[in-house]
Amino acid sequence: MLVYLVRRLGQSLLAIVAMAVLVFAGVYAIGNPVDVLINPEATQAEIAATMQRLGLDRPLYEQFGIFVMNALQGDLGTSFVYGRPALAIIMERLPATMELALVALFLSVAIGIPLGVWAGLRPDSIAGRTIMGGSILGFSLPNFWQGMLLILVFAVLLGWLPAGGRGETTEFLGLQVSFLTWDGLTHLILPAINLALFKMSLIIRLARANTREVSLQDYVKFARAKGLSGRRVVMVHILKNIMIPVVTIIGLELGSMVAFAIVTETVFAWPGMGKLLIDSINLLDRPVIVAYLMLTVLIIVSINLLVDVIYSLLDPRIRLSEMKG
Amino acid sequence: MTVKTLTLPLAAGCLVASLAQAHAQELSIGLKSEATSMDPHFHQLSTNIQVGKNIFEALTTQDAVQKVTPGLAESWEAVDDTTWRFKLRKGVKFHDGSDFTARDVIYSFCRVPLVQNSPSAYTIFTGGIAEMTAEDDHTLIIKTKDTNPLWPTELWSLAIISANALGAEEDVVFAPDGECTGMGEVPQAPAFNSPDIAVGTGPYKLESYTRGSELTVTRFEDYWGGTPEWERVVMRPITSDGPRVAALLAGDVDLIESPPIQDLPRIEEAGFSVVDALSNRIIYLHMQQLDDAPGIGGTDGKNPLQDARVREAISLSINREAIAERIMGGYAQPAGELLPPPMFGTSGREVDPYDPERAKELLAEAGYPDGFTLNLGTPNDRYINDEQIAQAVAQMMARIGIQTTVDATTASQFFSRRNALEFPIYMAGWGASSGDMSSPLKSLVATYDETTGTGTTNAGRYSNPEMDALLAEAMSTIDDAKRDEMLQQAETMVLDDYGIIPLHYEQTVWAMKSDLSYEPRVDQYTMAREVKKAE
Repeated sequence: MLVYLVRRLGQSLLAIVAMAVLVFAGVYAIGNPVDVLINPEATQAEIAATMQRLGLDRPLYEQFGIFVMNALQGDLGTSFVYGRPALAIIMERLPATMELALVALFLSVAIGIPLGVWAGLRPDSIAGRTIMGGSILGFSLPNFWQGMLLILVFAVLLGWLPAGGRGETTEFLGLQVSFLTWDGLTHLILPAINLALFKMSLIIRLARANTREVSLQDYVKFARAKGLSGRRVVMVHILKNIMIPVVTIIGLELGSMVAFAIVTETVFAWPGMGKLLIDSINLLDRPVIVAYLMLTVLIIVSINLLVDVIYSLLDPRIRLSEMKG
Repeated sequence: MTVKTLTLPLAAGCLVASLAQAHAQELSIGLKSEATSMDPHFHQLSTNIQVGKNIFEALTTQDAVQKVTPGLAESWEAVDDTTWRFKLRKGVKFHDGSDFTARDVIYSFCRVPLVQNSPSAYTIFTGGIAEMTAEDDHTLIIKTKDTNPLWPTELWSLAIISANALGAEEDVVFAPDGECTGMGEVPQAPAFNSPDIAVGTGPYKLESYTRGSELTVTRFEDYWGGTPEWERVVMRPITSDGPRVAALLAGDVDLIESPPIQDLPRIEEAGFSVVDALSNRIIYLHMQQLDDAPGIGGTDGKNPLQDARVREAISLSINREAIAERIMGGYAQPAGELLPPPMFGTSGREVDPYDPERAKELLAEAGYPDGFTLNLGTPNDRYINDEQIAQAVAQMMARIGIQTTVDATTASQFFSRRNALEFPIYMAGWGASSGDMSSPLKSLVATYDETTGTGTTNAGRYSNPEMDALLAEAMSTIDDAKRDEMLQQAETMVLDDYGIIPLHYEQTVWAMKSDLSYEPRVDQYTMAREVKKAE
């Protein structure tokens, strides 16, 4: 277990460092942030002074060296645009994204698994076919377009829900959340559905395929033969055995939902991290971009670790120490 | 179950009713970008300025057509070429209840060089101050280092903040370049997220600022200019065009800036009103004048753009009417100058005609009867429909024999490459923040010179010493009539030489609920304080 954890941590560290180097050089290659940030009426002397102030007048390797030295002391740099620590700016946006991703995850699991299992148990029924047909739509329609359509139908035509923004927030466990107020909840529904649709389709398909496979296994047949109720067969014998691939996917997808909810956040003007990333890329705000992607790697690595632990809980035969990270 | 199903719509109904009531006094605006800070001295950025102007004011103001009018200064006069006397308005209160005096002005100007980490500092304005003294609480003498006729205009950019709220000492004494004394501990930009620090004299007080989400301001009852129109104003950044329009249509916001042109018919059909105005932003073509210009082919290594006849040919090849009508949907006006007349320094020059035949003749005269090849650089996400315009220009130039390839990139990359002189010809835009001709002349066509700070954005490196001299003279002439004439002459010199090719003036559009009105501004700012209820 310990060996396993150490090895995993080492790998994640490597990934984070590689990411930092790539992003640092990549953003540097795109252009000079001062060209975008400064008032065009500024004189050459002002431009030079600004470059110096932001440390952009130094050669790339020096800038990177300074960044590494500071990063080792826990300082990921100061945003060029906001003039504040990059990490603080990101952390400010994290709760909004987390909330959105978790609600979307909840929706996709709570709706996806029952529908998938249902479709797997009765693959030839009308309901089963409809579910599968619907999941293809969820898969193939572009996220952006889905979002715009949701806004068009529920906000513009029907006027039931707001078109975007986060609405009223309240404090919950020290974080600002919106799901506890009516106003916040109405703002949350559409973006959460938008973010959940793709994942839901994925889970439906996965659950269906696994249910079909598991239903044919001997132990399921045996359980039925023993006279167990259909409910017990499904809940215990089938559901538990389809969970491992589903948990894997949920883990992977939660990471990507937190890190890259960009499209949904942009369409619904949701004040999360994804929108911050897009804004920062447009303004070449390198400290924020680098810190963001490093944090992203960290989140995804941690979620994967958590998934592995859940595996061992779901299937006692799996031992963490035997797993290759 | 029945109780539940009954109460929900009922509760929702009550909510809607109370919302509607609150609505009459509340205004919400969808902005296309977000302010990077509430500190009015932190970052010279149009979003920061347009938001900040609701909370903070300056000694002077600019009206919707960028005419300079009195702000916190009631009146001013130029005592001599470098000395100005400002009479400050009496009875003005800050949001915290304290009185506005000359000390606040000195403190504010002193703070500008002390702001840390600024990506675009306001020192370009305060750097020119040599001396500042208060004759009494409401009379201020400012001496500038050089003659600067635009000083009252520039003062609009320098927000006045409360010396008391920021913890200044009783006596604040000015010294150039951030050497003032009596400043106390100067709060930095992040502190301005708090309404206790962001204290101005404007019609609205800061209530809350949630980054990425919204900015809320409330009415300042003691505002010197009368009771402000709205009890509360909410400004929300909605950066994508589609969702911003949807937010307006769905009733989430009452007014939006810059709706996409192609959506305007739909917005109007849905019963919203749309206003537009010519902006001070000119879209232009700039041509590389150096011997070794990159991206030109078929000329044996010569740079044909150095020949004024070739430049004229390019101008004549462009059908500006067609661009304004078809690509800009009528929301642009063909340009013959660098600033739309009748703004300061314009001459009312005719727009260059569309004359491809004459253009071909000119090319032949210049020794390029078969044309040549050229790369046209343009951003694709900076100006309205920028890439399409560049494509159209390239096709029009191809018709007179100049085979043009469009090199369109995202703004951040475009500006870096342009400043590295990578394009032989490029399309860009210029908004004259001062609202007068000196701005485009000084930045776009004056000779690139680091010592004088001219030609910063002259990435074609056009140079006309005669024009430089005239512009320099104009810039040290306080007399408005004389300066106007000199600027007109200087502009004519450049345009006669085809040193730059104006394409069109952008029109700025706002869309809002039909019961609102907004006087469109040439500087493209969306200012909540100027949104009124329609009569």
